[in-house]
Amino acid sequence: MTLTPPSTREVLLSVRDLEAKFTTDDGIVRAVDGVSFDVHRGEVFAIVGESGSGKSVTAMTILGLIPTVEVDRGEILWKGRDVLTLPEEERRKIRGGEIAMIFQDPLTALNPVHTVGRQIGEMARVHEGLGKKAAMARAVEMLDLVGIPEAKERAKMYPHEYSGGMRQRAMIAMAITCKPDLLIADEPTTALDVTVQAQVLEVLIGIKDEIDSGIILITHDLGVVAGLADQVMVMYAGRQVEMGTTEEIFYESRHPYTLGLLASLPRLDDEGDEPLVPITGAPPSLINRPSGCAFHPRCRFAKLPGLCDTEVPALRLVAGDAHRSACHYAETLEGVTVDTLRAEVDQAELVAADIDAGEPGA
Amino acid sequence: MTAHRGVGPSTELEAMEPGGGDGLTDVAAARPLRKDVWRRFKSNKLAVVGLGLVIILVLTAVFAPLIATHTIIERDSGHFREGPSGSHFFGTDTIGRDVFSRVVYGARVSLKIGISATSIALVIGLFLGAVAGFFGRALDSLIMRITDIFLAIPYIVLAVAIASLLGRSENTVIVVLGFTGWLGICRIVRSSFLSLRQLEYVEAATALGYSKWRIMFRHILPNALQPIIVYGTIAVGSVILSEAALSFLGVGPVDPTPAWGLMVADGKSVLAVAPHMLFFPGAAIFITVLAFVFIGDGLRDALDPKLK
Amino acid sequence: MFSYITRRVLLIVPTVFFALSFLFFLFFTLPGDPVNLIAGGADRNPNPITIQQVTERYGFDDPLVVQFGNYWKRTITWDLGESFRTNRSVNDLLGDKAVNSVRLASWALILEVVVGIAVGIVSAVRRYSLADRFTTIVTAGASAVPVFVLGFILQYVFAVLPNKNDFPEWARIYTSRLGPDSWSLFLIPRGDQWRYLILPAVTLASVSTALAARMTRGSMLEVMRADFMRTARAKGLRERQVVARHGLRNAMLPVITLIGIDFGSTIGSAVLTETVFSWPGLGSAIADSVIERDLPITLGLTLAVVVAYSVINLLVDLSYAWFDPRIRLGQGEAN
Repeated sequence: MTLTPPSTREVLLSVRDLEAKFTTDDGIVRAVDGVSFDVHRGEVFAIVGESGSGKSVTAMTILGLIPTVEVDRGEILWKGRDVLTLPEEERRKIRGGEIAMIFQDPLTALNPVHTVGRQIGEMARVHEGLGKKAAMARAVEMLDLVGIPEAKERAKMYPHEYSGGMRQRAMIAMAITCKPDLLIADEPTTALDVTVQAQVLEVLIGIKDEIDSGIILITHDLGVVAGLADQVMVMYAGRQVEMGTTEEIFYESRHPYTLGLLASLPRLDDEGDEPLVPITGAPPSLINRPSGCAFHPRCRFAKLPGLCDTEVPALRLVAGDAHRSACHYAETLEGVTVDTLRAEVDQAELVAADIDAGEPGA
Repeated sequence: MTAHRGVGPSTELEAMEPGGGDGLTDVAAARPLRKDVWRRFKSNKLAVVGLGLVIILVLTAVFAPLIATHTIIERDSGHFREGPSGSHFFGTDTIGRDVFSRVVYGARVSLKIGISATSIALVIGLFLGAVAGFFGRALDSLIMRITDIFLAIPYIVLAVAIASLLGRSENTVIVVLGFTGWLGICRIVRSSFLSLRQLEYVEAATALGYSKWRIMFRHILPNALQPIIVYGTIAVGSVILSEAALSFLGVGPVDPTPAWGLMVADGKSVLAVAPHMLFFPGAAIFITVLAFVFIGDGLRDALDPKLK
Repeated sequence: MFSYITRRVLLIVPTVFFALSFLFFLFFTLPGDPVNLIAGGADRNPNPITIQQVTERYGFDDPLVVQFGNYWKRTITWDLGESFRTNRSVNDLLGDKAVNSVRLASWALILEVVVGIAVGIVSAVRRYSLADRFTTIVTAGASAVPVFVLGFILQYVFAVLPNKNDFPEWARIYTSRLGPDSWSLFLIPRGDQWRYLILPAVTLASVSTALAARMTRGSMLEVMRADFMRTARAKGLRERQVVARHGLRNAMLPVITLIGIDFGSTIGSAVLTETVFSWPGLGSAIADSVIERDLPITLGLTLAVVVAYSVINLLVDLSYAWFDPRIRLGQGEAN
């Protein structure tokens, strides 16, 4: 894995103050509420969060894949141009040609009635105007690149004839066919067995190095992030709550939510009787957000009543060069780690916390 | 009722069956609350219209003597094949009978046949489907083979053949439609039972030592009822359409029974001079079946709005 | 695929066997004296000589098993007997009428597939538009209108009225019988033939077309929401390409099944349509034979229809298997 310090390579994608919403029968869903970040060439940028945090919507809005979403504010600068203001035809060219997406469940994401080779080759036909034979040859090349044995025969097979891991690799092969500058992987390993997960991630990173692209890795799995990411952005209820390098996020977290995520995971070096410290409560409704900081109903550090439930915390620099957090009391979290959290917590408090926290926004 | 594909919306019923016919329904997961279903149904204007029309139909049948202006056999001599007028709203037929009154009484015929035949089909289909779905394997194969055999014979041909042997009457039609119409219900019930059988509460009931029959009827059946009710409702409309067709072909009730299909057949030869004789009973059939189609669509959308 | 084909073929043999046997029991063992029926029906009083002849001819004296055997012997050799009324061989009748039915049904099928699917696709792609709402109502109506009533309405509007009011020659449409019976390539109507073909074909196609349109719409809508459609868009294909290359093939699968299943309904509708328009095909022949109580024709033609129907169903099933690679190649997963 290359550890190129992000700041020295070119900025490919620049998202600024993105706000996106859906109008539904039950109300307006603010799926993305003011998100800004940069992705550099060669960088693995991870977006972490629960379901409903807005991470997938952000990614798909970059590519314009959700027709029903309304973008209220913000810019999405791809190589300097604001994608949101481009005509559809231009956006279409970027899809697949410059930014490619890898979806979560390869079984449903691949067309069951076309051969794998044809689907991969289609990329080349659409973006580079290749003929049928040339496209098929390229497909075989790509399948080879992702480590699928007997690529030539495999290309003529259908998706249902592949195993889960192979299918995901085929998806990756499809995504890189036109050597995109950015790959967006939306939960690429969630639908796979644990052993296969590692293989697929390896392929992903290997490819990134091979074609020197950036990767946006969307996941809820912190383990995946720890091994691969350069930069991490944690999202909650459509907002960014913390951003920084992997080191900073994992070892020097400055946001209660991040700490909560980390503390709720068992670790290999646990002795077996350490308490798990879960995050109590449930994810908030995106239609009726809690006032102030969206996390406050579930936050063990919240000072209520006070800033936490009245003012939305801004994302600000709290440590180092670029470590940001959206917490009013981020500074007080210096020195707080998973271990210290566990030490503070005992069983009784856990039970009490469970009963108290109840439903968010109540 | 698959067998009635000959002449109506029932092919769609079959297509609507889970998995296109042989798949397993995820019945348990998809059961919405009754009041939600009613609310959604109510908001579908066409469905409500359909429901209203069916209610009108039932009322017409029940109160026929009060609504009709003449009896079904009385003849108004001198007025043959006349178009609509003040005394004969729908005109008169070849021997002077009032078309309007006959159409009104025809509602009784249609409803009687519709409900009777559907009931027979429901009972047969329910039983066979439950047995096939619940016991599986040998019994299931056997019942499915029987279904295939019936399916191999196009329904109208079978109906016509049976009717040619049993003679013309209302009951012939009821028997024919009942004994050919159970196929669709059987399929749906079977699917429901097959999928429900594997659910955990069935395992629990078995572990508690309940007999198979008890499990089948007390535990699974109530859950499988939902698609059955939908199907049964739509099936009545489909049966009425089939009955009209059979009557038209000369296989159903005889004169002077005012079966709508029969009235259409009567009007065939005089289409050029007395189109009203054909048009009004034809419209009655159409509106009735359409009402059931609307209700069926509405029920289906109300039960599973995603399919819209 | 091979195993699938052989399995399906093997399956229809017992099915057809049992179906035809069922017909035997229906016709020869049901209550209602079959001898009387064949000899002329319960209303007429056939003279004893006729009864004697019929009994000998059909072997009603023999034990049931022997009758069954004879029935099958006749069926295998395709000896369908003669019409009671005209003594004409049923096979001859079958040949004559079948041709007309096939022509009519073929055109109805063409209409159903072309119009139905096209309308369905447009409806789905332009969901909730005016065109979509209009077609939804029309198709709901068309699937409810009784085929025979529709036939008469069309007759009245397009044939009776114009002829009554002396429309010019070129606008006239005819609705009785076959017309000049002039065809090229078996299917293409020549000269004035189309004037006789068009109304029955449209009537016959009406219910099926409506059904096909609704089914296509539903199937397309479902496919449009599928994940692989999103993948196709993410690959940068134009919307039209996404729909055409990825959506259609998947959406058509259930529609093909429907058309196959629906074929049975077409046979039923054909009986009605042919009667309405006096189109001399198998359908009207069967209907007429019932009214005239000409049992050999009823039974013989029914046999023919059952066999033909089974074969066609088989072909539809096989074509479905070819279209869906999951079936064609089996569900085997690679390791």
